[in-house]
Amino acid sequence: MKRIITAKVSNRSGVLNRITGLLQKRQFNIESISVGRTEHEGTSRITFVVDVEDYQKLEQVTKQLNKQIDVLKVSDITDKAIVARELALIKITSNAQLRSEIQGIIEPFRASVIDVSKDTLSIQVTGKSEKVEALIDLLRPYGIKDIARTGVTAFLRGQQPQASQDATPFSLLR
Amino acid sequence: MVKSKEEHQKTVTHAPKTGADLLIESLIVADVKTLFGYPGGAVLPIFDALYKKKHLFNQVLARHEQGSIHAAEGYARVSGKPGVVIATSGPGATNLVTGIADAMIDSLPLVVFTGQVNQTVIGTDAFQEADIIGITTPITKHNYQVRKISDLPRIVKEAFHIATTGRPGPVLIDIPKDIAANPCADHYPDDFHLPGYQPTVKPNPLQVKKLKEALLSSNKPVILAGAGVQFAQASEELIAFAEQHQIPVVNTLLGLGTFPGEHELFLGMGGMHGTYAANMAIYETDLLINIGARFDDRLTGNLDHFAPSAIVAHIDIDPAEIGKNVNTHIPVVGDAKYALKEMKKQINQTPDFGNWRQHVYQYKQDYPLWYKQPEQAMIGQWVIDKVYQETKGEAIVSTDVGQHQMWSAQYYKFKKPNRWVTSGGLGTMGFGFPSAIGAQLAAPDDLVIAIVGDGGFQMTLQELSILQERNLPVKVIIVNNAALGMVRQWQEKFYSERYSESIFSIQPDFVKLAEAYEVRGVKIESPNDFEQQLPDLLAHDGPVLIDARVLQQENVYPMIAPGKGIHEMIGVKP
Repeated sequence: MKRIITAKVSNRSGVLNRITGLLQKRQFNIESISVGRTEHEGTSRITFVVDVEDYQKLEQVTKQLNKQIDVLKVSDITDKAIVARELALIKITSNAQLRSEIQGIIEPFRASVIDVSKDTLSIQVTGKSEKVEALIDLLRPYGIKDIARTGVTAFLRGQQPQASQDATPFSLLR
Repeated sequence: MVKSKEEHQKTVTHAPKTGADLLIESLIVADVKTLFGYPGGAVLPIFDALYKKKHLFNQVLARHEQGSIHAAEGYARVSGKPGVVIATSGPGATNLVTGIADAMIDSLPLVVFTGQVNQTVIGTDAFQEADIIGITTPITKHNYQVRKISDLPRIVKEAFHIATTGRPGPVLIDIPKDIAANPCADHYPDDFHLPGYQPTVKPNPLQVKKLKEALLSSNKPVILAGAGVQFAQASEELIAFAEQHQIPVVNTLLGLGTFPGEHELFLGMGGMHGTYAANMAIYETDLLINIGARFDDRLTGNLDHFAPSAIVAHIDIDPAEIGKNVNTHIPVVGDAKYALKEMKKQINQTPDFGNWRQHVYQYKQDYPLWYKQPEQAMIGQWVIDKVYQETKGEAIVSTDVGQHQMWSAQYYKFKKPNRWVTSGGLGTMGFGFPSAIGAQLAAPDDLVIAIVGDGGFQMTLQELSILQERNLPVKVIIVNNAALGMVRQWQEKFYSERYSESIFSIQPDFVKLAEAYEVRGVKIESPNDFEQQLPDLLAHDGPVLIDARVLQQENVYPMIAPGKGIHEMIGVKP
């Protein structure tokens, strides 16, 4: 099962290596990983999507991450109300005749054209992973030359539903 | 301009302080007395600074860095203090890797300093450069590379804190040569703040209450005590708790000594080569109280058959160990001493477990450990049993890995904790002899016996140099079967007697070898000679090496075959 885990870490040398090494050592597969600074100087947030077999394994991932000295807080936010986004840059084969047709395809995705050359077109799209996947599928027939994806980054929504109302937990990836 | 005589005098006596001087000061602040160091290019400034303060340290020069670190592990195990190691960059550092991994898996507090090439050439594949931070990240509790001299005192203080608190472990500090060599200010702050490292020491009383309730409705409880009891110095509390409620106790391999080996409530070691009584108690129990053990696979055997009808309570300072291997119903995160104190406070009256005790005592009586000592030749079990009887369970025993290790665990019944030095998790051959040296340094007035195999001893025997050099009266007993006994046993049992590379075709003359290092060496082949000579040899005022020739065909029993459950022991009776 896929889980979204966020970790706040101290910006110390080698911290990313510690975390990816740990996941590799315990045989947890990383689906995607994204890292960036947070509102506090000296701390970064890492968001990863991991593929784990069961809840026992999942518990091990979070506990092992928590054991790291440079890891400040680990949360599995998969079942919480969250905002999760990723950004993708997609370069496709295109010529002048096709441009307006492609514009028509990407518009409902609120994607935008960010670069044009004689025979290529580069598109930027932001959103949930499924949305990104859907757009890529639609663009595939035109000939995809290159894709760059950031991986998911996520955090909790400002308001969490009350536990009693939380009958069907919001999950992005399940 | 010519300096005045006075000014010249000043520059001579007040050589500027360097990073290395700062490091030595930090070691003094950390109350380090014994140092296991091996010099080399990148640590020349550190050893030079040490030279100036050598009256403050007991420096031990092993003949290989692996010897240094295993000695530091033995020192840590017996003294309860962190073992401190210094090695140079590149090969010096990589030679420590086995010992670091060993200390990590057995939770031994070490602070390891490695030299590194100058910062200006890090990353250029410079002479004797190795990425020791990258190499040791998975096998240290934490590691550091010092990039600024001003960070050094803080990092050293942090390292000792991390190594010795929570679940202990090795911490490595990599020091580039320029950091050690360059001049620096007299003083830097060493205050630290580790928001990501706050071990839970005091257990949640509500969890202990759950344990109490489980105990009140239990009929067949058993305590499994591991090395966590030793690290928490909670042996007395454990004994008091078990005695108050009359609950039988099983030890893990590394927990041996935390409960007296001859105690009525003691069922022996559990696991692959544990006693039948211990394993059957775990199999049949309805409440397994694990205190400071990590449910290692050599203890549990096949997990499907491990304590199948038990409520499992697990007290551990490392939350990641709880639920890792065995499904746990009552997790108690905390230090074993605090947990046992809380248990004492909360739990007064418990049911009478008399029937259960009688049941497991019957196992103890019906299935004792056994061996058959022939008249003419010696076997390993008998040798170790004799050593136990002669020393009344009071010696510090260090072992290597293999058959002799298991026999030592079975037949040497420790009276007290911190007397048993063995490589449990990693199973490191070559550990037992250097670790005995460290143990002797930690307890100079105690009898330290290294029980080793002829295979493992040959991996680190160069440390015989230290014995005479430091006049350390370590008694080395080689349980010599001219084979890698445990490998041979597995090949006999599980590989149709195909003894692939496990039997030595030639052996050195261990007596001559001892003599070459000016150590008294004795070869003993008959049980009579062994019995007669052992008291004198153990009483000898100096190091002794005993080459005890034993039969090759002996196997360690009883045994849980790989993949089998804890109740499926073989070789339980003669």
